Amino acid sequence: MKIRDLWTEALAGLLARPVRAALTTLGTVLGITTLVVTLGVAATAGNQIVGRFDELVATAVTVEVPEQKNAPLVSWDAVSRVTRLRGVTSAAAVAETKDSANLSVRSNDLIDPTRVTAQTLSVLASTTDLPQAARGRMVSGRFFDAGHVRRQDRVAVIGDRAAKLLGVGSLKRAPAIFIGKHAYTVIGILGELRRERNLSMAVMIPPSTGRQFGLRDVTRVLINTSLGAADLVSRQAPTALSPGNQDLLQVIAPPSPIRARDKAQDDVNALFLILGLVSLVVGAVGIANVTLVTVMERVSEIGLRRSLGAARRHIAAQFLLESTLTGLTGGVIGASLGVVTVVAVSAAKQWTPLLDVRLALAAPLAGAVVGLLAGLYPALRAARMEPVDALR
Amino acid sequence: MPEPVIELELVSKEFPADPPVLAIDEISIDVRQGDYLAIVGPSGSGKSTLLNVLGLLDRPTSGSYRLDGTETTALRDGARTRLRGDRIGFVFQSFHLLAHRSVVENVMLAEVYGAHPRKNRRERALEALDRVGLSHRTGFTPDRLSGGERQRAAIARALMGGPSLLLCDEPTGNLDSRNTGAVLALFDDLRAQGLTIVVITHENEVSRRAGRRVRITDGVLSEDS
Ligand SMILES: Nc1ncnc2c1ncn2[C@@H]1O[C@H](COP(=O)(O)OP(=O)(O)OP(=O)(O)O)[C@@H](O)[C@H]1O
Ligand SMILES: [Mg+2]
Repeated sequence: MKIRDLWTEALAGLLARPVRAALTTLGTVLGITTLVVTLGVAATAGNQIVGRFDELVATAVTVEVPEQKNAPLVSWDAVSRVTRLRGVTSAAAVAETKDSANLSVRSNDLIDPTRVTAQTLSVLASTTDLPQAARGRMVSGRFFDAGHVRRQDRVAVIGDRAAKLLGVGSLKRAPAIFIGKHAYTVIGILGELRRERNLSMAVMIPPSTGRQFGLRDVTRVLINTSLGAADLVSRQAPTALSPGNQDLLQVIAPPSPIRARDKAQDDVNALFLILGLVSLVVGAVGIANVTLVTVMERVSEIGLRRSLGAARRHIAAQFLLESTLTGLTGGVIGASLGVVTVVAVSAAKQWTPLLDVRLALAAPLAGAVVGLLAGLYPALRAARMEPVDALR
Repeated sequence: MPEPVIELELVSKEFPADPPVLAIDEISIDVRQGDYLAIVGPSGSGKSTLLNVLGLLDRPTSGSYRLDGTETTALRDGARTRLRGDRIGFVFQSFHLLAHRSVVENVMLAEVYGAHPRKNRRERALEALDRVGLSHRTGFTPDRLSGGERQRAAIARALMGGPSLLLCDEPTGNLDSRNTGAVLALFDDLRAQGLTIVVITHENEVSRRAGRRVRITDGVLSEDS
């Protein structure tokens, strides 16, 4: 028997009952579609989330320092030890209290006495690396440096929104602000904050000048790490900050965003994958069932073919090919529907569809394998039939 | 004398049952090329069993059967299948045409198995259909043919590949007398062309046309006068 003849016979066998053949593929279509959609949407969504999960969140570590009656848990210069840790890109210590969070701040009222310029702003003391630690930029002026700190200079850096509220625009004339009754010279405006965005409404002063507002001890340490180092850094930082008291510090590590995402998505994916596989099994059972019925209906055809010189393997091959083609058709349709769905979902969510070509190609193949497996038993039954019995 | 096509020697077929059924009992017969043999006998006498043995569809329990000089009883399944496809054309009472294929495709089916070339297969099928007088129905599906036309299509299929033997089990069993006449006339033609025909029948009209008649009763064969 020639391969082409086998094809012709199998195709003719299927096309003899087109509606049945179409219905038989449904289970496989459903299964393959579900699998392609699940895997395709997962890949697409995964890509989006990775893209959107900017490094920021994944590399931000915060250490909260609880207030202590006697000696402070973390000294101001402890930050330098953290900076030396492997994987740390920047770090800053901050002092903030409940009281300092709501202080009345005025700009120099001598400039424009008609304007009510008093604002309730948050005042905090920080080390000199705060702009980097808060991932901000000095939109104007400069941040205070070690010299300001050492000299206890009354200088302040204000957030960009605070600057607007206070009417501080240009720093050329060294504008002054009053925190309560203490005058400070504004030397810089901090903006474009990507971390600790509330700093844009804050007034930052050197730690050496903060005592009058109760800003004595470090209450928080902001650490930025390189990508992937957050885990390690968040374990090492407490010891570096406060050797011996590390357990008293509270570390807020990034919620391992990658793992969190994977977990949530894995659960959903697993569910849909199982659903798809179940549909595939149902599809296979459907193909097996219908092929078996077809074999029984075509007993006399089998007998005729045997009388025409068909060997058992020819009979088996034909039914196997028919069921495989059924599965393949289901796979092709399922893969197409799946791809269309993934693209549609992506379009609706404004995602870039991410489809593995191998997946799109493997799906029809999976359908064919399902059909092949489903056809095994019916084909065996057909081949085993004795020609005499089949012709009776 | 023409070459023998069928040489049966003491062929028996026993079906395992309780008690076992001896369907044909030590049958010996030679059929030579160009013979037109009718096998008659009452229902259950073993006619179909004998035909199945002759058609290599069933193995005898004992005895020897040579087809075209080849001893078949010891052959393996594959060789018997090949021999069957090459040498024997079957004509069944119920035609066994595939309903969804055209007449010519049904005839072409006879060359799907075995070592026949695909080339010119359709032409050969059309030729066979011409031999049975169905040239005007080649594109029809079987359901649009009359009973006699269906049987002629089946005969055309049996003729494909040039068999040495035409085995017919009640070929006119489903036909009215007019169609029976047409099929019998066709057999006469084929026989005149030198084809060997073995027909099982219980119709006198059919057996009368055959050159040679044997009767089978309870599995035992006897020449019919
Ligand atoms: N597979 C089988 N198992 C048991 N007995 C069988 C089997 N096939 C046939 N027989 C028996 O063998 C005998 C001959 O059967 P066969 O079919 O050859 O008869 P027949 O002459 O063709 O009859 P009919 O004219 O009714 O077709 C019958 O008694 C039948 O019951
Ligand atoms: Mg019979």
